[in-house]
Amino acid sequence: MPGITREEVAHLARLARLELADEELDHFAGQLDDIIGAVARVSEVAEQDVPPTSHPLPLTNVMRADEVRPSLTPAQALSGAPAQEQQRFKVPQILGED
Amino acid sequence: MTDIIKLTAAEIAAKIASGELTAVEVTEAHLARIDAVDEKVHAFLHVDREGALAQARAVDEKRARGEKLGPLAGVPLALKDIFTTRGVPTTVGSKMLEGWIPPYDATLVKRLKAADVVILGKTNMDEFAMGSSTENSAYGPTGNPWDLTRIPGGSGGGSSAALAAFQAPLAIGTDTGGSIRQPAAVTGTVGVKPTYGSVSRYGMVAFSSSLDQGGPCARTVLDAALLHEAIAGHDPLDSTSVDLPVPPVVEAARNGSVAGMRVGVVKQFRGEGYQAGVMQRFDESVELLKELGAEVVELDCPTFDLALSAYYLIAPSECSSNLARFDGLRYGLRAGDDGSRSAEDVTALTREAGFGPEVKRRIILGTYALSSGYYDAWFGSAQKVRTLITREFEKAFEQVDVIVSPTTPTTAFPIGERADDPMAMYLADLCTIPTNLAGNAAMSLPCGLAPEDGLPVGLQIIAPAMQDDRLYKVGAAVEAAFVEKWGHPLIEEAPSL
Repeated sequence: MPGITREEVAHLARLARLELADEELDHFAGQLDDIIGAVARVSEVAEQDVPPTSHPLPLTNVMRADEVRPSLTPAQALSGAPAQEQQRFKVPQILGED
Repeated sequence: MTDIIKLTAAEIAAKIASGELTAVEVTEAHLARIDAVDEKVHAFLHVDREGALAQARAVDEKRARGEKLGPLAGVPLALKDIFTTRGVPTTVGSKMLEGWIPPYDATLVKRLKAADVVILGKTNMDEFAMGSSTENSAYGPTGNPWDLTRIPGGSGGGSSAALAAFQAPLAIGTDTGGSIRQPAAVTGTVGVKPTYGSVSRYGMVAFSSSLDQGGPCARTVLDAALLHEAIAGHDPLDSTSVDLPVPPVVEAARNGSVAGMRVGVVKQFRGEGYQAGVMQRFDESVELLKELGAEVVELDCPTFDLALSAYYLIAPSECSSNLARFDGLRYGLRAGDDGSRSAEDVTALTREAGFGPEVKRRIILGTYALSSGYYDAWFGSAQKVRTLITREFEKAFEQVDVIVSPTTPTTAFPIGERADDPMAMYLADLCTIPTNLAGNAAMSLPCGLAPEDGLPVGLQIIAPAMQDDRLYKVGAAVEAAFVEKWGHPLIEEAPSL
């Protein structure tokens, strides 16, 4: 089983939209390598013909009638927003110039 | 009047119903206790003084009008800060939600209010419920009332510490890998992880959705049952909610007995890493069960040895997905938005500023376990282990009615001792995790003090899914026998603070 390198941690952090400081990358690389080493035992069952369990309950999609019901007011929905404008969430730019 | 704080929830409810005490008196007594000791314990992140007194006044008025009161009317409760509370801050122990005031109540909160429970405030916890010590809270650690230099367990350390410090007779926790039972064990209190899906997760901030389960914390088995009954039941707002009747847990708690029951002891729940005094108290508990008329059966569940490994792949994977919602765009913290940065950069800077080390560690680990090329080896294998553990429980419950084990391998460790050693910290949940993976029900209750350090030891009882009443039937019998043996409840031996 592969270990986990500092470069991999940096790559994973980018995938997870997490801006990590250099010292965090060093720190986590060591710790995650230890953790991965310790949990590698799950691979002992990898070749076994066992169905995976993703959830303790059999889940089915639940539908309800599409009816208008009372809900939060716009002011309530926006009450925790870091920034708002004209009853909308105000977010940083999504699209680049190119 | 100082004795009010020593009463059980059942006693408080009875005294309020009979008019011997008012809900306001009871609430004021607990608020005074919080004022007196919480600086030392730090069980609470937010005390809702006005809200609690208003709820208490409403109970007293309801009684004065002769209206029917709930079975826990006027009983104060400490709520883990992971449930949304309308108009009251909810932080999940994280800077990410500092100052956030939800516009709605979690289903569990609605049920507590409908039962006329008085919510005193929100309790401290490991950030996003990730941890076994309450040291990962962004707002500082909680102390264990038995020894303030030690951890009160985690992630629900605030809830259990509030009980052990007599700041509240009831509390609510959530249990993803043991976060109700492990804190209960190390604080000498009772904690129950109900069957997965039997208490609504609506309004409970998600950490690992297939494992998270809210549940009751109390100082007695009966109190836990009364709270369990108040919060459990189907919720159409939660797609993982089980639409089955709630087992008769209060009746079971009132009729404790193990006569004729078969009790399983699992070989894998002992060995290296278990403290001698913890095993001594556990072995005595097994002897007690025999004296009370139970038949003890040895069980071999080899896959349980893989449970911790599977958990530390599954929980971080689900957490990395669930916590993607904290992007700094719609609610909570936003960092680095100086007008020149893109939403993507602001998100990355916000998450760097808002999450603590344990949360970041798990997000990275989960992203790794789910990433292309590694998915089958890590996440897929962990899910196979989950199947094997569930099958082993099913096989075990063909032979026995309940399984018992120590709740934790050791008593409360000193604050800071395992802070920089994640694997050592993760071992605290060694005995509790298999139950979360399989989705069945479990309880921890006090079974004595470890001789070497004088700290509480927990006995874990595990029951099949939707047979939660068995926990209470066995728990009540064991509790009654211990109280008779000790001459008083164990919690009375806690320091007075």
